[in-house]
Amino acid sequence: MRDIQADDGYMTADGRKIGGVAMELRNITLRFGGVVAIKDISFDIRWGEIRAIIGPNGAGKSSMLNIISGFYHPQEGDVIYKGFKRPRMRPYEISRQGIARTFQNIALFEGMSVLDNIMTGRLHHMKANLFQQAIWWGKAQREEEENRAQVEKIIDFLEIQHIRKTPVARLPYGLKKRVELARALAAEPAILLLDEPMAGMNVEEKEDMCRFILDVNDEFGTTTVLIEHDMGVVMDLSDRVVVMDYGRKIGDGTPDEVRNNDEVIKAYLGVAHE
Amino acid sequence: MIDTAQTSQELDAFCSIPALLARNAERFGAQTAYREKEFGIWQSWTWRETQAEVRAMALGFLALGMARGDYVAIIGRNRPALYWAMVAAQSVGAIPVPLYQDAVAEEMAYVLEHCGARFVVCGDQEQVDKVLEVQENVTCIEEITYLDKRGMRKYDHTHMNWLEDVMREGRAAQTRLGPELDKRMAELTLDHTCVMLYTSGTTGKPKGVVLSNRNIIVTSKNSSEFDNLRPGDEILAYLPMAWVGDFIFAIGQAYWTGFCVNCPESAQTMLTDLREIGPTYYFAPPRIFETMLTTVMIRMEDASPLKRRLFHYFMEHARDVGPKLLDGKPVGLGEKLKYAIGNVLVYGPLKDTLGLRRIRVAYTAGEAIGPEIFDFYRALGINLKQLYGQTEASVFITQQPDGQVRSDTVGVPSPGVEVRIAETGEVFYRSAGTFESYYKNPESTASTKDAEGWVATGDAGFFEESTGHLRIIDRAKDVGKMADGSMFAPKYVENKLKFFPNILEAVVFGNGRENCVAFINIDLGAVGSWAERNNIAYSSYQELAGLKPVLDQIQAHVEQVNDSVAKDKMLSGCQIHRFLVLHKELDADDGEMTRTRKVRRRIVEEKFSDLIAALYGGAGSISTETEVTYEDGRKGKLKATLEIRDARVHGVRAQQVAAQ
Repeated sequence: MRDIQADDGYMTADGRKIGGVAMELRNITLRFGGVVAIKDISFDIRWGEIRAIIGPNGAGKSSMLNIISGFYHPQEGDVIYKGFKRPRMRPYEISRQGIARTFQNIALFEGMSVLDNIMTGRLHHMKANLFQQAIWWGKAQREEEENRAQVEKIIDFLEIQHIRKTPVARLPYGLKKRVELARALAAEPAILLLDEPMAGMNVEEKEDMCRFILDVNDEFGTTTVLIEHDMGVVMDLSDRVVVMDYGRKIGDGTPDEVRNNDEVIKAYLGVAHE
Repeated sequence: MIDTAQTSQELDAFCSIPALLARNAERFGAQTAYREKEFGIWQSWTWRETQAEVRAMALGFLALGMARGDYVAIIGRNRPALYWAMVAAQSVGAIPVPLYQDAVAEEMAYVLEHCGARFVVCGDQEQVDKVLEVQENVTCIEEITYLDKRGMRKYDHTHMNWLEDVMREGRAAQTRLGPELDKRMAELTLDHTCVMLYTSGTTGKPKGVVLSNRNIIVTSKNSSEFDNLRPGDEILAYLPMAWVGDFIFAIGQAYWTGFCVNCPESAQTMLTDLREIGPTYYFAPPRIFETMLTTVMIRMEDASPLKRRLFHYFMEHARDVGPKLLDGKPVGLGEKLKYAIGNVLVYGPLKDTLGLRRIRVAYTAGEAIGPEIFDFYRALGINLKQLYGQTEASVFITQQPDGQVRSDTVGVPSPGVEVRIAETGEVFYRSAGTFESYYKNPESTASTKDAEGWVATGDAGFFEESTGHLRIIDRAKDVGKMADGSMFAPKYVENKLKFFPNILEAVVFGNGRENCVAFINIDLGAVGSWAERNNIAYSSYQELAGLKPVLDQIQAHVEQVNDSVAKDKMLSGCQIHRFLVLHKELDADDGEMTRTRKVRRRIVEEKFSDLIAALYGGAGSISTETEVTYEDGRKGKLKATLEIRDARVHGVRAQQVAAQ
């Protein structure tokens, strides 16, 4: 087994360089009243890697993602991000820490065009004041042009030029998912969180999405954390996998290691009564 | 005499595409030569910039070791850099071979091996993957170059380069390789090969058509003059680069005349881009004009009653007056005035929406176009014309001059082209554009082109005595005889069927038989929209194609066609007695059509022989199983039970059959 404690990172089988630790989660426990959603979990995320979180329904995966994003603050344990312990944050602080996400249930502005939706991903890059924005003058104009250029690069990258001006409500499901990814990418995140990016897709859409996730990681070096139920996809895509069950961590390692882990097999396939 | 002397001098001076590029860079230096929409904005290049880009690329190719006479395959969608790659290859004395980008690896393998391509220039990762797959068996490919970098980082780059890097190396090597490049460009003459294009091959394997600089440049010159093309014209390059028409329009005529070539952002944005550019010179196959008309009609159905009435009222007037105005025939003042009002209220905005407002010359070819469709565009004041051509002729054989345009002819011989009709009815031509040979295939060359340079088109046709216009009936080899000796021309009937918006494709059989039968493909767009409006639910093409109300409609169409065919004495035997609606769309991936979407009759006949037997057998329905190929190359089976219908026919023979 490779030594993942070394701080200088490692090389993957396909020759990508994975960097040092981006975020370390230490003994995280999250409770909702009396319900313990996450119980004493620790793992880390490294720069440049694709990290998957898997587990049966209700295992606490989405809650874990919300802790990573900073939306939830755990009752116990520490989140070490970029080398510093992260305090409880206000919403605007959460959005500025460079972590973007997509949602399990698509959360786009249905009435707005694809372009406008993606532009919202860049809101925190716009600093012009209300007055300048209102008459679209000086800084506001300059900023919009810069941001639009960035957004167009993403539109080109995800091959959604043909729906640029289409209202999101008119798009099929697979394309909506892609637009959501585009919006998350528009924020130029250091860490990208994907909550079931392939749920409800057909084989072709899944293949496309896989290619985009790999290409994003390859092209921008974006650290990606994803939750996914399709095991084939997870095993193909990810560098390392965390397995959760009933709020506990039952496995952590490369896809191969996880696949052969007894506890993981039990959690997924159930155990025969003796 | 002086004129011809001047012309030949001009031709000698500009005897290759690189030479024309140099001329344009000097003459039209600051005018726009290329535009491409990228990142939501139209990026443009002047002729001078184009020359610099092409030069950098050519130097880069030299640095990679491209030699005189090498074949360079080019695969991708229409993008300026890929056009430049063709001209750059020509500059170093190599021969560009553009390939159909949607071809599967297997088809590509044949062409790449046949021409022995040493270099391949790919548009993106998808194409590179196919070439790598091909490379396992085809050993001639040495260097792969790609244009779009996405997803390419992890590939083994020992024999692979990003085009941008190639150009950078080229620029760096200017001092070292510049003189060599200049020498090679100076060597080019009218007799050097300009390009090699593979014909889609309605029968058998594709053939490499060798076209010389003379073929391309003389043809481009003649045809540009025929239509008064001029610098400042705009075209949209969106048809496959491997098709001869695209090469003539976007390279031949564009370089000869010095007009601007616009490349769309992606295949799906073509119609939006068309509207933004507003080309002045436009080519589209009938299918595209048909789709555009269908979209307009569907949208008018959904418009408010006032708008709808306005549209129909003025369109009726336009159908009457529009073509006359275009042809310069006398029109009353009142009618002119009414047309002008219509132009402000309906025609102008409609043309604007379609992106056809600035059209001076538009052509359609390749298939027969429905008279209603043709007249619709003419009525709007769009100068839509027809031409007749083929790869072997560098496109142009006949074309319609302004003012003599009709939907059922293909025009008079193009300038510099001689046409004669053989006794068999087959059309022959001879011109400066006539191809040199089929690559590595002297037998086919000899059987197509005789010693005097006459080329058999394979089409049967005749000249209309009153007008001197050529009319094409069908493929000569498809024209046959019915059992009773009357003429069988399937295409003639199929075209009539296809003029109905509900029918996408039709295949008629009957050669050597008592009567004719037909396969029909419904148009999913048109029939689907009709089903939607009438609250008819369906889940797939197959289900929609089998619905009773759909079959009723198709039957009505078939019977209408029989009515019209019955009126033609020569062809009245071609009425359709029985038909069925196929359970799948005929598809190039299954080999049933060519990449240019022409039906491969023999293959369809073989593949669906059980259905044909049933059509002649008299059964009311037939169960069948068909193999289909998915886009990723996997195969599957499609099962269906098809209903067979009898159609009403006219005439003596029909009654005999009915009595049996």
